[in-house]
Amino acid sequence: MKKHWYDYLWIASLTYLILGFFNILFAWLGLLCFFIPLLISLIKGTKGYCNRYCGRGQLFALLGGRFGLSRKKDIPRWMKSKWFRYGFLTFFFVMFFQMLWNTYLVFSGVQDLRQVVTLLWTFKLPWHWAYHGTWIHLGVAQFAFGFYSVMLTSTVLGLVTMVFFKPRSWCVYCPMGTMTQLICKAKKKDV
Amino acid sequence: MDTKTKKRRKAFVDTNDCVACGCCVKVCPKHAMEIWKGVMAKVDMERCVGCGKCAKECPASVIEVKEVLL
Repeated sequence: MKKHWYDYLWIASLTYLILGFFNILFAWLGLLCFFIPLLISLIKGTKGYCNRYCGRGQLFALLGGRFGLSRKKDIPRWMKSKWFRYGFLTFFFVMFFQMLWNTYLVFSGVQDLRQVVTLLWTFKLPWHWAYHGTWIHLGVAQFAFGFYSVMLTSTVLGLVTMVFFKPRSWCVYCPMGTMTQLICKAKKKDV
Repeated sequence: MDTKTKKRRKAFVDTNDCVACGCCVKVCPKHAMEIWKGVMAKVDMERCVGCGKCAKECPASVIEVKEVLL
């Protein structure tokens, strides 16, 4: 099948994850993975991002497919249920707003900058080597640590489900995918 | 009896559980799959040859290849 330029976006996703090990401020670039799918679904009413441009999905497809790192078994029924998908989206939202709240506290000077990446919302990994001081506000760095935590956590979850189930199992419960599908469903009703 | 009626293998999507990720679209050699308005996958029955690549790829395993009389 003919390859398009967007079939190589997995390189961007991989680069993003690697850059976060060297300078945490690169984490801000991850916002593109939030805004682009939302804008596509809001403006065009499609899941064009998931369908074409999602580098993370491509990365899982590559690792689980060509690299054979997946058992390629069916995902459990409960993981594709609406309860789980919407529940995970809600949980993700709550954790995201908690991260924004922490950023606000650092911005307002109430809380010190924490140079840690929180994996799976629980494990605080020291990540000071990726912070080299900055001329910009500490809150900007705090958001980067928080946002990179979100991105790394979701990648780890995606990798685990890739190994156990089909390569792109993450797509089944990806909060952005669920959200953009909801937007598309709502837009479809408008027409 | 209609002699033109034949059994054909076709892909069917459980649209209730489809997450519209588009994995099926990418692997379909006949371009028979599309994501309809970002909501669900749809099969073009004219083009589908029932190869089952989509069913194998689908991360939610919501595609099934069935034999139908056409």
